[in-house]
Amino acid sequence: MATGNKTRDTLWTLIAAPTIWAVHFALSYGSVAYGCAPNENVFADIGGFRIFVGGLTVVALVGIGFIFARALGEWRGNGGRMPHDEDTAAVRERFLEFSTVLLAGLSFIAVIYTALPVALMADCR
Amino acid sequence: MSDVTLDRSATRWAGKRDDDDVPAELNFGNVPPASTRNQEDPEVRAGQEARLRHVWAEPKGWRYWSAVNNTEVGLWYTATSFAFMLFAGVLGLMIRVQLAAPDNDFLTASFYNQVYTLHGTVMMFLFAVPIFEAVAIILLPQMLGARDLPFPRLSAFGYWCFLIGGVFVCGSIFFGAAPEGGWFMYPPLTTQERFSPGYGADIWLLGLSFIEVASIAAAVELIVGTLKCRPPGMRLNLMPLYAWYVLVVAGMILFAFPPLIAGDILFELERLFNWPFFDPERGGDPMLWQHLFWIFGHPEVYIVFLPAIALLAMIVPTFARRPIVGYSFIVLAAVGTGFLSFGLWVHHMFATGLPAISLGFFSAASEAVAIPTAVQIFVFVATLLAGRVIYSVPMLFVSGALAIFVIGGLTGVMVALAPFDWQAHDTYFVVGHLHYVLIGGMLFPVVAGVYYFWPMMGGRRLSDKLGKIAFWLMFVGFNTAFLPMHWSGLVGMPRRVWTYPADIGLDLPNLVSSVGAFVFAAGFVTVVWDVLRPRNGEPYADRNTWNAGTLEWLAEVPDEAWGVRSVPIVTSRYPLWEQKNLMADVDMGRFYMPDAEEGKRETMVTSVLDAEPVQCLRVPGPTFMTFWAAIFLGAVFILATFHLWTLTLATAVLATGAILVWLWRGTALQPEKDEKDVGLGLKLPLYASGPKSVGWWAMFITMTGDATAFVSLVFGYFFYFTVSPVFPPPMMAGEEIGPGLAWPLVALALFAASWLAAIFARNTNKAASLGTARLLMGAGALLSLAASAAILWGPYVTGLVPTVHVYPATVWVLAIWTACHGAAGALMLAYCLARSLAGRMTPTHDIDIVNVALYWHFMAGTALVTVATIALFPLAV
Repeated sequence: MATGNKTRDTLWTLIAAPTIWAVHFALSYGSVAYGCAPNENVFADIGGFRIFVGGLTVVALVGIGFIFARALGEWRGNGGRMPHDEDTAAVRERFLEFSTVLLAGLSFIAVIYTALPVALMADCR
Repeated sequence: MSDVTLDRSATRWAGKRDDDDVPAELNFGNVPPASTRNQEDPEVRAGQEARLRHVWAEPKGWRYWSAVNNTEVGLWYTATSFAFMLFAGVLGLMIRVQLAAPDNDFLTASFYNQVYTLHGTVMMFLFAVPIFEAVAIILLPQMLGARDLPFPRLSAFGYWCFLIGGVFVCGSIFFGAAPEGGWFMYPPLTTQERFSPGYGADIWLLGLSFIEVASIAAAVELIVGTLKCRPPGMRLNLMPLYAWYVLVVAGMILFAFPPLIAGDILFELERLFNWPFFDPERGGDPMLWQHLFWIFGHPEVYIVFLPAIALLAMIVPTFARRPIVGYSFIVLAAVGTGFLSFGLWVHHMFATGLPAISLGFFSAASEAVAIPTAVQIFVFVATLLAGRVIYSVPMLFVSGALAIFVIGGLTGVMVALAPFDWQAHDTYFVVGHLHYVLIGGMLFPVVAGVYYFWPMMGGRRLSDKLGKIAFWLMFVGFNTAFLPMHWSGLVGMPRRVWTYPADIGLDLPNLVSSVGAFVFAAGFVTVVWDVLRPRNGEPYADRNTWNAGTLEWLAEVPDEAWGVRSVPIVTSRYPLWEQKNLMADVDMGRFYMPDAEEGKRETMVTSVLDAEPVQCLRVPGPTFMTFWAAIFLGAVFILATFHLWTLTLATAVLATGAILVWLWRGTALQPEKDEKDVGLGLKLPLYASGPKSVGWWAMFITMTGDATAFVSLVFGYFFYFTVSPVFPPPMMAGEEIGPGLAWPLVALALFAASWLAAIFARNTNKAASLGTARLLMGAGALLSLAASAAILWGPYVTGLVPTVHVYPATVWVLAIWTACHGAAGALMLAYCLARSLAGRMTPTHDIDIVNVALYWHFMAGTALVTVATIALFPLAV
């Protein structure tokens, strides 16, 4: 069982991964929209913005991956069992860890989804 | 499972009925502490019940309308939402009559426009969203074993706002003055007098802005209620799933509604004062409205859908006779959908010519959101498969909901693909899709909820026979009405057309749709009849009539106003199934707060993660002040619609006065003692300030919503910067750019000074240096007024004219926003000063100044961002 510097899970740690998704989404869309505005030349090259979004995606995936691994490790360390319906603070902690794992997984997929258009499109068409 | 036999001697059915008006037994103020009472003594319990009943009794006669308790307000709210829904349903039928045959002239074109605009508007703004608030206000405290929500008067205020705004918007059609621009009001159709003469668009904007106030009020109430008013022991992992959904949805409202309020502000400034936010000839851009509207509008779909799904999450386990399978997965789905739904808004704008790469992001997110949505459906199906399903009318509506919603979801995945959407955009295909999603995802679950929860509300079950008839009429009628719309849409029938020519393949599908619509309506009328029909002769339903597992089924039959007889200790997800003797123990008053010793309404406040008791919260009782505050605030919006500016200002003063009286008399009350015995040997404080108090959280949450609206306005500024070739435009770039540097910086310095004054006022007040604290409050108020004047003086003195171009208009709107908040901040500090002088605020009872200091953190941030945007940013580009 893991000891020492364990994170105490709260509602804030629960939403950390989807928050990363949201920031990544806003910056991806915002930067490319800015790069293409006012959208007069649809063949304008947006290579720089694609690299920016690519880098952003790596950062976001690493961040979410870290949250995923952290939560999964702690959940397993706490016994890693379902359901989480017992009346102890430890089970509440384990519940939040497991929910964090699920949300991090969803956020990871969603970030990849968001990055796909930039990977597939080279200009502002 | 619950095999608990109820100890009937513990309840009022034992024959000992205490009337409300036996003052001799009440003995307020002289009751021994709860922990010392013997709950097994019937005399003790009778006294407790008499006191609780007296304290929580609904007001009599015409004073009934001063009630603020969640049961009364929730009931009014629900009934009003359904009334608006029936009204909009009639409008829907009128649409179907008009479209039943080609070249029909049942309605004139202009009136038809009003009818469909109001149909969509009322269904979305006056039914779909408010019914969530209404149902949550009734159910949430019951599920949490709470006596009431933390801010009952706020709920009542929200309800009156909703009623007034709704009647105003709906009533317009009887004067032929309803909005005509469709429920999303795209400019320039709706902003320019030549396209939209009259008051229709103003009624839409101001009426709905007013209702959005009610929604945000409800969101604040429900978030604080879920996080802080759970029963002791109900840790996050034991919360009913409904509470998770309420938390997520209320959080979404906080981020979704403010952008629309910001959009409404811009829109009204254009309509009333000709500020060119959406006028391309003067640098504006109609696309900004579409962005702001759909940043609200798409999350709104999920704001509508999730609470209805939450009802399913309560109904399904009851009839599957087992706990939900995959509780964590529901939490994943609720939270995940809540987030992802904010990345979908542009999929309503696929046909606007945005770069394909931008569309790609939203198309991808629209596909991704199908994952958490489907997870919920699978969880329900898994629960049903793993359990032993009892067939019943609520389950019938649940299965209908799942079937219809899945079809709507699949067409949703289709239109989320941009190339397909270009074909189907603005056709009846989309009309079919959205009705499948909304009626399957929201109306059917709500009707399931009506059948399921009615025994709790009305004391009797609804008729099984009528329920089955209603279901089949609704299910068959719905599919007959809306399935052919996919076809007529693909044939090419656009939305919102008044009529269509014969022989282009649209006659038959439209006729079928119209027939189906009436069958569907007949089904819904059956439900309404089942609810309203007189049933005095029928026996009461059993208590917990469906044998459910969650706390709302503690409700007595017929209902008692006190919420719960005593606040139970919860140790499981389905306490009525898993905690032996819970109902009897609650009824015997063996848990917390079995009494109202001092004759005050009280509820328990607990900690966020583990629901440890932290405070015994006194909640306010009936008042008409919330009613007057809503009346006056409603008058502000209604009078502004008709440009009656003097009266608008006068009612604004009255509204502010009413709110101040309400706050002065009903909030931050000092209890007569510091702590109180709530039973079982537990003593809880009666007063808390700062992050420990519910008021602090309400301020924090409200200001988060307020900040979202502000960010939306700032987004507008940078949106114009992005889409304009040169921004600020060259003609503005004289010696000084925009509002200049000097006055905005003066304003910033003054705002910073008043921010510091507010913080030091809080600290010195706590340190009991009352003189210094009062001086700081007074000085802070004056500094804030000076700062507000300075921020307006900048653009005024540099001669920015907002009607000339969108640049000065955006600068002005940010300056005015900041100045208004500065004035509010000054008023708050002055209020604290008055409270201190009146002795209502002391070093130990300092809720007011602590909350105002919190407001000032947001205020300082607002001032900083405004000045950085309007004064510093133009220098940097």
